[in-house]
Amino acid sequence: MPSQNAERGLIERRSRAAPSGDRVLEMREVHKGFAKPSGEPLPVLADINLAIAEGEILGLLGRSGSGKSTLLRIAGGLIKPSSGTVLYRGKPLLEPAAGIAVVFQSFALFPWLTVEENVEAGLDAIGLAKAEARRRTQSAIELIGLDGFQSAYPRELSGGMRQRVGFARAMVVEPVLLLMDEPFSALDVLTAESLRTDFMDLWIERQLPTKSVLIVTHNIDEAVMMCDRILVLSSNPGRIAAEIPVPLAHPRDRQDSEFRRIVDEIYSILTSRTTESLSAGNHARGPFAHPLPLVTVNRLMGFIDTLAQAPYNGQAELAEIAEAFSLDVGALFAIAEALHMLEFAELKESAIKITAAGRLLTQSDTEERKRLFREHLLRFVPLAAHIHHVLSEREDHRAPRERFELELEDHLNPGDAEKSLLAAIGWGRYAELFEYDDDARIFALIGSNSESAL
Amino acid sequence: MEQHAEVLIGRTWPQRVPGWRDLIAIALVIAIVVLLGSGARQMIAPLVASRGATISLSPAALPNYALRTTLRMLAALLASLIFTFLYATPAAKSRRAETVLIPLLDVLQSVPVLGYLSFTVVFFVSLFPRSWLGPELAAIFAIFTAQAWNMTFSLYQSLITTPTDLIEASRSFRFSGWQRFWCLEVPFAMPGLIWNMMMSMSGGWFFVVASEAISVGAFQVALPGIGSYVALAIQQRSLAAIGWAIIAMTVAILIYDQLLFRPLVAWADKFRFEQTAAQVVPRSWVLDLFRQAPLMKFVTAPLGSGVQAAARARLALPRRPAWLVPLIPSRPIADVAWYGMAAALIAYATTRLVQFARPELTWADVKIATDNGLLTLARVVILIILATMVWVPIGVAVGLRPRVASKVQPVAQFLAAFPANLLFPVAVYVIVTFRLAPKIWLSPLMILGTQWYILFNVIAGASAFPGDLREAAASFRIRGWRWWREVMLPGIFPYYVTGAITASGGAWNASIVSEAVYWGSTRINGGGLGAYIAQMTEAGDYPRIALGIAVMSVFVISMNRLIWRPFYAFAERRTRLD
Ligand SMILES: Nc1ncnc2c1ncn2[C@@H]1O[C@H](COP(=O)(O)OP(=O)(O)OP(=O)(O)O)[C@@H](O)[C@H]1O
Ligand SMILES: [Mg+2]
Repeated sequence: MPSQNAERGLIERRSRAAPSGDRVLEMREVHKGFAKPSGEPLPVLADINLAIAEGEILGLLGRSGSGKSTLLRIAGGLIKPSSGTVLYRGKPLLEPAAGIAVVFQSFALFPWLTVEENVEAGLDAIGLAKAEARRRTQSAIELIGLDGFQSAYPRELSGGMRQRVGFARAMVVEPVLLLMDEPFSALDVLTAESLRTDFMDLWIERQLPTKSVLIVTHNIDEAVMMCDRILVLSSNPGRIAAEIPVPLAHPRDRQDSEFRRIVDEIYSILTSRTTESLSAGNHARGPFAHPLPLVTVNRLMGFIDTLAQAPYNGQAELAEIAEAFSLDVGALFAIAEALHMLEFAELKESAIKITAAGRLLTQSDTEERKRLFREHLLRFVPLAAHIHHVLSEREDHRAPRERFELELEDHLNPGDAEKSLLAAIGWGRYAELFEYDDDARIFALIGSNSESAL
Repeated sequence: MEQHAEVLIGRTWPQRVPGWRDLIAIALVIAIVVLLGSGARQMIAPLVASRGATISLSPAALPNYALRTTLRMLAALLASLIFTFLYATPAAKSRRAETVLIPLLDVLQSVPVLGYLSFTVVFFVSLFPRSWLGPELAAIFAIFTAQAWNMTFSLYQSLITTPTDLIEASRSFRFSGWQRFWCLEVPFAMPGLIWNMMMSMSGGWFFVVASEAISVGAFQVALPGIGSYVALAIQQRSLAAIGWAIIAMTVAILIYDQLLFRPLVAWADKFRFEQTAAQVVPRSWVLDLFRQAPLMKFVTAPLGSGVQAAARARLALPRRPAWLVPLIPSRPIADVAWYGMAAALIAYATTRLVQFARPELTWADVKIATDNGLLTLARVVILIILATMVWVPIGVAVGLRPRVASKVQPVAQFLAAFPANLLFPVAVYVIVTFRLAPKIWLSPLMILGTQWYILFNVIAGASAFPGDLREAAASFRIRGWRWWREVMLPGIFPYYVTGAITASGGAWNASIVSEAVYWGSTRINGGGLGAYIAQMTEAGDYPRIALGIAVMSVFVISMNRLIWRPFYAFAERRTRLD
């Protein structure tokens, strides 16, 4: 029983009025770069200045690869920033600190320990007396709703129960600051909802020892549901692009007009970041500076076909269509960005609108679709055009994948380079622009009569 | 589950009264302690005047011999385990140590087992000149060299592939290095390590004859054990005695499999990393017995929690004091110093080797050894191809029938563990009686023991083959050769490659004991690098032993690099479905 725990004094009660302003964690001028294979640093985060106040839940949104997880790891002391300072309760944070706990997207449970042992493992570093450790473990297990599962092994549990173990393990150390990296995204929608609600109930009723939370998420609804403040990260390198306060009282209602307004606002911020970085990429930094979103042609076609039909008739609010397809922001923006790039649709504020070419595409038969897609690919996707150009120039119309990989890695980090190339391969294959043999790792022009290597 | 009620009752009333399980468990423990103790006492007994200890061919002597041999193997296994931890840990933790230790390990494992024996036996004997302990240690060391390397590789591999999210979790909970090692990295490595210990044990049996009946040049000693028994049986041409030895060894293998490895495997199942529940949970009656015997639980519980407490103790190294930090050399300087040292050591070792070999060896010797190597290579390749043609279809046929597979699989695993060289005398007897050409008919002996790895890996692959793919193939009426080429072979390829790598490595190792064999005083020699090394070992010609070993290492390493590794990479890439 939660209230009993609170009375036993295990879990401190305190007021959860407005965030008190005391800073639990602060980042000043934080930069982070990872070394490229060539040795030079590739910036992932730049100019990060933020503070997490006591009593608040701070959300972190941004597209895939924008550095959210990196930022969270820096906040946890798991990795060091390349420059800048991180202060935890006013003191420099150089390694994982006692008052900070992390909940992982993959749960990160020890499969050979039971639920109870997993939770107790969180206490190993503290060196409590055995009885005290037992007591704290037991009350964390009760608090998170795991009672009765103590002696189960993680592999016997469902995803939702596993993540509860993840929460209990973090809570047992009574952290001041709780860091969560997409804690609900590995769960199905209903399980995620129930876990989130339970967590928020404990938070609102002040049953948690935790003073502040930093949560990374891909889900805009979730962010607005939980957070007091939301930071939007831009990409390449990740900077704080916007800060959105959420001054709504808990519990919050999704249908509330103010709630909807904030969700739409976040969508339009993300949209403008996307379109800006697309045009900036095209002009300022050469053809490869912007990574291609890794989306299959099937998804693009499915999306644009739906968009063209009723009830959308060519135009939709992003929030609405995300819900209809149950897409998280990452997936939604990948599709939207690809369509925008290919000029089959246009992103504007919090809406997406089909273009004339897009309309034509949806009305064409398969052959015609391919032709149109090929045309736009050559015109608007520099990487695809470049591959096609190189293959046409070469006598045997073939080129190894490595050639393009190296070229891309001059501009992008290896992960983005790989994804861009995969996207280009998928699109190019569909458009019959070129073919690719993954055994030999070789690109070839269609009809260049290439005997495959095996 | 007929034990269900009892289990429930056991839970509500934790009874402390000894039950029948306790009696069995206690009897088991006492028997093992007494047996091991008596075996060990004999080992350190003083060396009786004459070196040729009297080995008896009477079957009645066999239980004692089997015990002594098993004890040697377990001692070697323990030594291998300790070595594994001491070697793999720095290799995985330090980038600098890794660049030296891992290539070195690659070479160490490619050296044929007997190579070590010939060079070290005199050293061990001189350590304890007046007791059996010297030759015992030499034998244990020889077995150790057959066991240690794959275990070390396995631990190293696990340590460097520990999932990053678990590492981050343990860091965020501020585990000390000690805690992380014992609470995360070792448990993660456990299933692989135990599997490799079982493989090692089988590998050790294979050289038991050579390591107990040691004969290097003029130095000859026979330690009491099954190996010496077999050696004597060969000398006296007694097929009956060999039959008895085979029986004794089978029993010994079955016993330690039931008493040691089954319980270990069943226990280690909880360390499996996959998050899905296993279809077949390995079980062991011994483990169940010890887990369910109330008194045993009472005794072992404090032991268990003691081990746990030790693993979970912090034991953190003190922080580096601030004054030390400026004194630690910067990374590039330390790198230069480290690699400089390694290079100097290699250079020194090479000059010593050249000095040692120069007066004795000529290029003609190198050519002879290389030619022999090519002969052995040809044998290995042909035999692997033959074994593939035989065992792949059989393995697939078995693997696709789950009921048959569950019966055949343990047999195949037992055959892989069974020391095939015990069957050599039988084969030799046949070759001598029918006057067959040794160059050809000795060859199959090389793969007699290791072909089973191909079989049981293919069975595993075929059993794991997705049912819907099979059904799809059937519905498209893909049959005959096309079915093999497009459906089945690609599906089992990664499993096959794993088995074939083990089989080929084993065949090289086996060549030393199988290319030249005795039957009484009749010696038949099939030629090849193994025969060359065996011959030089008998003659005590150290430079040529070294040459033979070096040539074999080069062959094995090249084969691994040029054939197996690309195969393996291809299999991984081609058959992944994501
Ligand atoms: N250890 C590393 N070495 C090199 N590059 C890295 C490393 N960790 C992250 N990166 C790169 O930094 C960028 C940011 O990664 P990060 O995981 O922080 O993104 P994210 O916003 O969490 O993405 P996602 O939403 O997909 O989880 C990525 O492009 C990634 O490839
Ligand atoms: Mg992330």
